[in-house]
Amino acid sequence: MEDLRSNILAYIHKHETCSSTELCKEMNVEHQKIVGALNSILAFGEIISAQPEVTSRLELTDEGRQVADHGSHEAVLFASVPAGDGAPQSELMKSVPNAKIGFSKALANRWIRLDKSAPGGPRVYRQVESVSDRIRHCLQMVAALSLDSLTAEERAELKKRKLVQEGRVTVYRVAKGPAFTLTLAKEETELTAEMLATGVWQTLTFKAYNFKALGQQPDCGHLHPLLKVRAEFRQIFLEMGFQEMPTNRYVESSFWNFDALFQPQQHPARDAHDTFFLTEPAACRLDAEQADGYLARVKAVHSNGGYGSIGYNYDWKESEAQKNILRTHTTAVSARMLYQLAQQPQFQPTKYFSIDRVFRNESLDATHLAEFHQIEGLVADYNLNLCHLMGIIREFFHKLGIRRLRFKPAYNPYTEPSMEIFSYHEGLGKWVEIGNSGVFRPEMLLPMGLPESVSVIAWGLSLERPTMIKYGINNIRDLIGPKVDLKMICDS
Amino acid sequence: VGRSIIEIILLGSRVVGRAFAAALREEYAASQQAAKNRQQSSSSSGGDSDQSGTASAISGLSLKEAMQILHVENLEDKSRIQHQYDHLFGVNDRKKGGSFYLQAKVFRAKERIDQEIGQQTVDPTYSQRMPVVQIEKAALCQCLNRKDFTDEEVDELCFEFGLELDEVTSEREMLAKEQGDAKAAQMGDQLSDAVIYKIEVPANRYDLLCVEGLSRALMVFQSLAQPPLYKAVQPAAGMQQMRVAPSTAQIRPYVVCAMLRNLSFTPASYKSFIDLQDKLHQTICRQRSLVAIGTHDFDTLTGPFLYEALPPSDIVFKPLNQTKEFSAVELMQLYSGESHLKAYLPIIRDSPVYPVIKDANGVVLSMPPIINGDHSKITLNTKNVFIEATATDAHKASVVLDTLVCAFSQYCSEQFTVEAVQVNYPDGRASIYPSLAYRQVDIQVDYLRKGVGRSDSQLTIDEICNRLTRMCLVAKATSDATVSVTVPPTRHDVLHPCDVLEDLAIAIGYNNLEMSLPPTLCTGKQQPLNSLTDKLRLEVAFAGFTECLTFALCSEKDISERLRLPLDSLPAVRIANPKTLEFQVARTSLLPGILKTVHSNRSLPLPLKLFEIQDVVYKSTDSSGSAVNSRQLAAVYYGKSSGFELIHGLMDRIMQVLGVPVDQYKLSATEVATYFTGRCANVLYKGSPVGTIGVLHPETLAQFDLTLPASAFVFDVE
Repeated sequence: MEDLRSNILAYIHKHETCSSTELCKEMNVEHQKIVGALNSILAFGEIISAQPEVTSRLELTDEGRQVADHGSHEAVLFASVPAGDGAPQSELMKSVPNAKIGFSKALANRWIRLDKSAPGGPRVYRQVESVSDRIRHCLQMVAALSLDSLTAEERAELKKRKLVQEGRVTVYRVAKGPAFTLTLAKEETELTAEMLATGVWQTLTFKAYNFKALGQQPDCGHLHPLLKVRAEFRQIFLEMGFQEMPTNRYVESSFWNFDALFQPQQHPARDAHDTFFLTEPAACRLDAEQADGYLARVKAVHSNGGYGSIGYNYDWKESEAQKNILRTHTTAVSARMLYQLAQQPQFQPTKYFSIDRVFRNESLDATHLAEFHQIEGLVADYNLNLCHLMGIIREFFHKLGIRRLRFKPAYNPYTEPSMEIFSYHEGLGKWVEIGNSGVFRPEMLLPMGLPESVSVIAWGLSLERPTMIKYGINNIRDLIGPKVDLKMICDS
Repeated sequence: VGRSIIEIILLGSRVVGRAFAAALREEYAASQQAAKNRQQSSSSSGGDSDQSGTASAISGLSLKEAMQILHVENLEDKSRIQHQYDHLFGVNDRKKGGSFYLQAKVFRAKERIDQEIGQQTVDPTYSQRMPVVQIEKAALCQCLNRKDFTDEEVDELCFEFGLELDEVTSEREMLAKEQGDAKAAQMGDQLSDAVIYKIEVPANRYDLLCVEGLSRALMVFQSLAQPPLYKAVQPAAGMQQMRVAPSTAQIRPYVVCAMLRNLSFTPASYKSFIDLQDKLHQTICRQRSLVAIGTHDFDTLTGPFLYEALPPSDIVFKPLNQTKEFSAVELMQLYSGESHLKAYLPIIRDSPVYPVIKDANGVVLSMPPIINGDHSKITLNTKNVFIEATATDAHKASVVLDTLVCAFSQYCSEQFTVEAVQVNYPDGRASIYPSLAYRQVDIQVDYLRKGVGRSDSQLTIDEICNRLTRMCLVAKATSDATVSVTVPPTRHDVLHPCDVLEDLAIAIGYNNLEMSLPPTLCTGKQQPLNSLTDKLRLEVAFAGFTECLTFALCSEKDISERLRLPLDSLPAVRIANPKTLEFQVARTSLLPGILKTVHSNRSLPLPLKLFEIQDVVYKSTDSSGSAVNSRQLAAVYYGKSSGFELIHGLMDRIMQVLGVPVDQYKLSATEVATYFTGRCANVLYKGSPVGTIGVLHPETLAQFDLTLPASAFVFDVE
C-alpha cells in the first residue's frame, strides 16, 4: 500500500496529471486498489486533487472475478483431466467446480474428448497437449480496464456467459494539489503517555478530529422512568406537608378495601371480574375490628343506616368482609390510617399521601395492566369542604405545571360530593380526565369514631398515565413488566 | 421488515417486474417466520399475554409493523387509519397494476390494528364503568325547548350535570361501525342519519337510565319543568292480587308488582321501555341475580296471580317468541346455546325448584329470571302493562319497580299515576306496591352553606331551595336554620344529607365555587422504608446497574420450577380467579421478573446489569389469614462470564452504604437449587441469613431461555 502510494505520487510528479485507469495500467494493479490508494493520499490533505468522472464500463461479475483469478471453467476442467489415461466423467463432475459448464465448453473447444463406451463408465481424455485460457486472459484485461484489445465477439461471449456486466465505473482525473509532496508523513491519532515522556509530541503532526461523530456512551446505570416520576410526585407531596402512609400491604381484606369504605357487598367492583380473590390465604380474621365494635358499626351502617343515613338496606355478611383480595386501591390503607387517627384521644388534623401498586383483574392491552400505581392524597381536618378540595388539587397540579383545571360531578361509592378532575390538554385541544376526588362519606368516617365536624377530602390519579404522556410511551407494556424496553429506560 | 414495505408502497402503483414479486414473496415468508419465532420465544420464556408485541397468529404482524405498513402513528386517529387503508388497498389493486401481496399485507395490517383498538378503553384509575344512554338530538331539543344547539353546548350541559357526552353518532354510523360501511350502505333508507348522543350516566342514578328519565331530569335542571308528583292509586274495584307460595323461599323469595293503565306506546317509547329493563338488569339487578323484571299485556291475563316455585319438569309453557311449548328442563337446554340468555341460567339451574308466575287460569307469565311467557307478551298496541319483579333482595326490587314506573307513567292517560298491586306473603303479611315513597329530610342550612363554602348573604335559603328543586329535590324552608327536602321515589341514590349537599353544589356549578386552600398545617414525612429504598436505588444505579420494574404477580412456575424450587416450600399467596396463567401467585422473589427482562432484552450490548427493589409477598405463618409484603433487592449480572466478582462487589458496596461494618456480615457457602453447585452463599447479617448470592445454575438459565452465564443476589432490605 505504501509502495503503491509513493509510486502514484512519483508518477504524478512526472506527468502532472493522469487518470486512474492510466495508473492502473502503469502499476499493473486493479482499479479498486488504485482508488483505495488515492483515497488514502487524499486523507492526508491537499496533496493531490481527484475529480471523479462516471463512465459506463464492463466490469467483472462475481463469477467473472473467480474466473479471472483461477482460470475459466473449461481450463480448470482440462487441467483436472490427467494427460494420457484420462479420468471417469462422473468423478470429474463431482470433484471439479462448475464442471458442467467447463465440460461442455472444453468439449466444444475440442480440448477433450469423451469415450462413452470405456469400461467403468464414460471416460474423458485430453485431446490437445495444452490450452491457452483466452477467457481468463480477456477477463484479466477487463479487470485492468484495458478493453481496447477485446474483440466485439469476445465481449459478447463474456456477457453471454455472465462473466462481465455493464457497470458504472468512477474514474478519477488526478492532478497535483496545492500541498503536493512525494513523502507522506504519518499523522498521529492519539496523544500517548510515551509521547509526553519523550517529548516527541512537539515534532509530530496530529490527525484532525471529526467533531461531528458521536462520543462513546458512558457505562452507567439508570433508574426506571416510572419510578423517577414517582419520586417527583413524592417530592410534591412532601413539599406540601403530607405524611407518607405505609402501603406495603398488597393483600387486603374485603373489609378494609370495600366495607370500611361503605361500598356495598353487591357492588360490581367486588365482582370476580374486577377483583383478584385469593385461595391462599382465602380469608382473614377481623378480631381487632370486632373487639372494639367497629365491625358491628360498619355492619349496621350498611344494613340499616345510621349517622343520618338510611343505609343500603341489605343483609351484610361478615364472611364476605373476611375474604382476602389483592387491594384494588390504596384507599384501603387510607381507611386503616383514618381508623387509627380516630383511635387517638384527641383528633389531630392530618395530611396523608401514598403512591403504590394496586391490582385489577383486567385483561392486558396497550392501556391496561392488571397492576398499576395509584397516587393518593388526603386531608383530614375540621370543616373541610369542596372549596378546600378544589383548592388543594389546584395547588397540587400547579406544582406539576398543569394550570387549566375544571371539575365534573361524578359518582364514587365512598365519596360524596365526588368530582372528576379534568385538565385542558394543549396537544389534543380538549379536556381530558386526569384524576378523581371527593369528600369521604360520613357513613365511612363516623363508624370509625372520627368527630362529626371532621371532614376528609381526598384525590387520586394513576402514576402510569402522566409518565406515559411525559415520555411519549403509547404502550404501557413498554413501561412495566418483563417486556420492558431497557433501551427506553436508558434513553429517558 | 415493515419499513421497507411501506417505502415500496409509497412509491405508488408502478408496475413491478418479476424480480420484485420474488422479493416480495421472500419478504412475506420472512415476516411469517419472524412472527413464528417471536411466538415461540415468548411461549418458551413462559411469555406473558402481551398481545401487541407478539405478532398475531393470523396476520403474522406485530402492532408496530402494522402501524408502519399503514403509516399511522396514532391509534386514536381512526379516520386516518381508515383513510390510509382505503388508499393503500386501492393503489395496490391488481387491476391497477398493483400487487396482491401488498394488498394482502395492507389488509392484514388493518386487521391487526382493529384487533388492538377493540381492546383499548379508558384509564381505569378510580372510575366505574358507567352505563350509556342514547338520546336523539331532536328529542333532546324538544325537551329542552330549543330549536337547535351545538354538540359543544350539549357537552357543556352534560359536564355541568355530571354526565359525560361519550359520542355523537347516528343509526347509520353505529351500524357501519359494527358491521362495516357496505352493510350500512345496503340498508339504505332503513337507517336514519338523525344525530344521536350517547351519554354516560353515573352508576347510581338509575332514574337516568332511559331517555324519559334523562330528559325529564335535564328539563327540571334547566327550570323548564317542575318535578312531577308520582302517585300509586288503589282502584275502586279493588287491587290486583299476587299470592306468594311458601315454595319460593327456597329460590327467590320476593316479588313486587305494579300496573300501568291506559298507556300509549310509540315505537320509540316501546323500544325505550325494553331498553330500560335491559339496563336495569345489567346494573342494579346484577345480571338478574338480585332482581328480574317481567312486563305483560294485562288484557291477555286474568288475576289473581300466583308466584310459586315448582320442580322444573312441572313447568310447561310457550316461552317468548317460540312457537311451541317447552318444559323448564327443555328450556334450560334450549337456552344454553343462546348468547343472550345463557348467562342467567346458573342463577336457578341447580335448584330443585324453579320460580314461576301464573295467572288465575294457570297461564304462565314468566319463569324468572330466565324468560317470559309468549302468551302475555307486550306489543306496541298494549294498553295495560302488568309489571312483576322477582328478587332475592326486597329493597332492590322495590327500587327497580319505582324506577321503571316513574319513567313510563308519563305515557299513561293519567300521567305519573300508577295502579297499585297487593302482594300477599304466606305468613299473612300483605304489601302494596309500588311504594313510590316520598321521604322528608330536614337539613341544617349551615351544613349546606359550609359544604359549598358560602356565607348567609352569598347563599340565601330561597336560593338553596330553588337550586335543590332543580335537582328534583323539592325543598322548603322550615325555619331560618333548616330546610326540609323531599326525596322523590326517583332518587334512591340519596342516602344522607351529604348527597343533598352534592346536588346543591352541582346546581350551583362546581366550577363556580371559590377555591381555597385547607388551613391544615402539617409537616411532611416519608416512610423510613421508602426513603431507605430510594437511597439504595440511587446507589445501585450509580454502580452501573439499571432498574427494572416487573409485575408483582406471576405464574406458579415462575417462582418454583423455573427457579428449581419445590412449590410447596414457598409461602406463596395464590390467586383464586386469574384471567391468565401469568397471574397465579404473588411473587416470592424478584429474580424471575428480572430474568424475564434479561431474556426480552438479550439482544442489547453485553453485559446486562439489572436490579429491582420492590415488594414480594409472603403468606403469614400465623392463623390470622393474612399476608405480608417484604422489601427485596435483587441484582443480576448477565454476560460472557459469570461476573460473580461484580455482583459480590455490589453487595459489599450496599453493605458499606447501609453502614454495616465488614465484621458484621459475611458470606457462608450453602446449596440453593437456583444457584450452581458450590457457587452459592447465604448472606449473613449478625449471623442470621438476609439473602443469597451466587452464580445461577445452568438449568435455571435454561428455564429462562438464557444462553450466557449470570450471577445474582437477592437480599431482604427490611
